[in-house]
Amino acid sequence: MPRKDITSGNWAVAEAMRQINPDVVAAYPITPSTDIPMRFSEFVADGLVDTNLVTVESEHSAISACVAASVSGARVMTASSANGVALMHEIFPIAASYRAPIVFGLVNRSLGAPINIHCDHGDSMAERDSGWIHIYCEDGQEVYDTTIMAVRIAEQKDVLLPIFVCQDGFITSHCFEPIEFMDDDVVRKFIGERDPLFPLLDVDNPVAYGSLVLTDYYFEIKRQQVEAMKHVEKAYLDVAAEFAKITGRNYPLVDKYRTEDADYIMVIMSSAAGASKETVDRLREKGHKVGCLRIRLFRPFPAKVIVDALKGAKAIAVCDRAASLGAPAPLFTEIKGALYDAGIHIPANTYVYGLGGRDFFPHNAEEAFMDLINKKMSPEERYLGLRE
Amino acid sequence: MSSLKGWQDLPLATTVPASTSEAVQTGQWRSMRPIWDEKECIHCLQCWIQCPDKSIKANADGKVTGVDYFYCKGCGICAAVCPKKAIEMRPESEFIEQ
Repeated sequence: MPRKDITSGNWAVAEAMRQINPDVVAAYPITPSTDIPMRFSEFVADGLVDTNLVTVESEHSAISACVAASVSGARVMTASSANGVALMHEIFPIAASYRAPIVFGLVNRSLGAPINIHCDHGDSMAERDSGWIHIYCEDGQEVYDTTIMAVRIAEQKDVLLPIFVCQDGFITSHCFEPIEFMDDDVVRKFIGERDPLFPLLDVDNPVAYGSLVLTDYYFEIKRQQVEAMKHVEKAYLDVAAEFAKITGRNYPLVDKYRTEDADYIMVIMSSAAGASKETVDRLREKGHKVGCLRIRLFRPFPAKVIVDALKGAKAIAVCDRAASLGAPAPLFTEIKGALYDAGIHIPANTYVYGLGGRDFFPHNAEEAFMDLINKKMSPEERYLGLRE
Repeated sequence: MSSLKGWQDLPLATTVPASTSEAVQTGQWRSMRPIWDEKECIHCLQCWIQCPDKSIKANADGKVTGVDYFYCKGCGICAAVCPKKAIEMRPESEFIEQ
């Protein structure tokens, strides 16, 4: 029987890891993701998992060990945040090109400086071109469920890509909320055994990874990764459908909240969607036709479903928890590009909010919705919750 | 360029079959060729020990039997270490077939 418990986003990841029982976890603690390897190390110490837990001296070594274990044929998981993620950066594109299906609990935190332990998406957005799948979760239940689904999506033969399961630092990672857990045997049956394609431990079929290629083959290998990304949406939908059958919990590529007839739509990611949806309900009561579109899958970017959700709107507000200093914010850029490709020109405002963990309240969301309703549209980047 | 494979024909994940270096004829790099004089050789195996490319051939009795020109890069270490000067380095140009 599934059981409910009051727990945090981090502990939910650790619990998923206990059930997944990965072959190798190599991790280095950093706030706010520390709880994940810390809790998991207790499971290792208590003999609840068979995992080889590799405690290393830096995040760079953690992800390097993960890549090596993954291409050896192991099922591998790790976690990190912010500057830890940044230190891993060099290895991320290598993991992706080696087609190492590592499942990564990424707990979003601001990049220094100034040093700050709270949430924004600057750390994972900096990795959006590293070749990893990115999924952003709204709450702890979604984090738990996505971590389990991620194993299957990443290991699918026509995908074989590493995957970030992102949750908001402290907001999701440390807040305790009721989460429903699946039975251990149900999880293990759902994920099955990893069937690696070119494991280094298969000594009868030896291969070398990452040989030097120059102008001759690098381009072609990147093209293979482009192709793998094209298979992610279908893999995701297949896995999510199977997961929904077992748990009753549905996770579409994007979460459409009262968008069907909406004139004004806010596009947002992760935990701040809660304040946005709350505001949608309040404004709906006042007669405003508003909705919220939460993007779950960010890489690959599901442009078609997003355009389908937005195409009927009179105006949209795209909210980014990250800034691209000197250029439009990352989510806004993607949304604009998707609409342009579809030949749709909807007036769009761009808002940056929540940097360094600044709270995003319903009144912040209302401010953006009222801009749309009052036709206060302009291309300049706006800021929600910033002191001028 | 036409002999290079397209992206759909390449193995995935940057992999290549292992041990492919065995098929690389490094002997093509050679500009000087070691000529071994069997009559002078005392089979001390100094050349066999020192050769960086395992290109001195020896049999199970510990006797030198010749040079593996498929791999020999012509570095000349064998000739330099030979106490009997039984190996002579000669320019490859002398061996070009007409």
